[in-house]
Amino acid sequence: MNYVFQFNVVWDHLPELLEGALLTIQLSATAMALGLVVAVVCAYGKSAGPRPVRWLVPVIGLRLTANTAALVAMTVNLGAYASEIVRAGIEAIPHGQVEAARALGLKRLQIFRFIIIFPAVKTVYPALTSQFILLMLSSSVVSTISAVELTAITNSLASTTFRSFEFYFVATGLYLAMALGFRAGLSAIYWAVFQRSRAA
Amino acid sequence: MGRSFGTGEFLFLLRAIPSTLLLSLGALTGGAIVGLFVAILRIVPSRPLRWLATGYIELLQGTPVLMQLFVTYYGLAVLFKIQVDAWPAVLLAFSLYSGAFLGEIWRGSIEAIPRAQWEAAACLSLSFLKQLWYVILPQAGRISIPPTVGFAVQLIKNTSIAAIIGFVELTRAGQLMTNTTFKPMIVYPIVAALYFILCWPLSLVAQTLERRIDAALGIKQHF
Repeated sequence: MNYVFQFNVVWDHLPELLEGALLTIQLSATAMALGLVVAVVCAYGKSAGPRPVRWLVPVIGLRLTANTAALVAMTVNLGAYASEIVRAGIEAIPHGQVEAARALGLKRLQIFRFIIIFPAVKTVYPALTSQFILLMLSSSVVSTISAVELTAITNSLASTTFRSFEFYFVATGLYLAMALGFRAGLSAIYWAVFQRSRAA
Repeated sequence: MGRSFGTGEFLFLLRAIPSTLLLSLGALTGGAIVGLFVAILRIVPSRPLRWLATGYIELLQGTPVLMQLFVTYYGLAVLFKIQVDAWPAVLLAFSLYSGAFLGEIWRGSIEAIPRAQWEAAACLSLSFLKQLWYVILPQAGRISIPPTVGFAVQLIKNTSIAAIIGFVELTRAGQLMTNTTFKPMIVYPIVAALYFILCWPLSLVAQTLERRIDAALGIKQHF
């Protein structure tokens, strides 16, 4: 028996795949924005906050839709990794900068806000970019809890048409395209935020 | 009602740990071989070879492991016209995946070695590979240990994805036990705890190693 590749089935279902890809992009982009906020707050809390804040882990018992649950899980996950990355950036700032700021009479929060965070994020921006893209890729796992993003749609199309290889092949290509797109977008943001304004 | 969650069910979960570990270890070994090649290809003088390695990394780091798993699993079946066992497909997918990541980690370590070391080795008229093998790699190896251990932790957790194509490791065992006992809120926390027990010692090792390097570089805390 010879296997004949049939990609035309895939093209017929392309709109559905793209719809899934759109949800993947929405979920990832939202999780990236929220996760970065969580990361900066946690990185500040971890290096400067009072002890209880350093340990605080919020536990919420709510009933969530699959998409919200996915978003929360992704945000928390990204927040945890990204806060470590941001912390590394904070620690990479020469200690003399903080001492100089303290000599000028700045308060802790002011030091963090005006002296530390901008160059810290700039230093670790490449690492953050990689983490963001990893997040987008790992969003494929949220299909397990029935959020209908690209992987979930691919799974259901593959099992209804029996063209598993073709569908997964094309979906992989879509993910690759999204990863490259996100990387281009994120370096555009880097350019806009860090290169243009030499304020810090 | 289904069965209750007792010692037998717990032992079933425990018995799945070896395959998780074996898969991680196998993928790490395969990945180390692939990764070493990739890392070296990324720094060789020949430009096409560098492009090849870069393309490989872009492809493998730009697509989800889940998709790589599906493509290898169904791809092997299509190529060899047989229904393959889950083992070779999973092992291949995870080896290729970790090869791309380890390759980048190790390239970074190699490039962290001062240029003068290469030049000094070249002055001794060592060939490119000998410079790499006797002078650069021993030094780069030391730098690369903490991030490599960190990646191993990630890999152990990522092997849970293999559950999706029916490979019975810890997560799949958890799914099976959930299906027979209908108690996901007992089974999955236990599974998570088992992963934690596997990964935490490794994370601690990575942290200690990293701190030692920080101390050697004289990095201070701000607050």
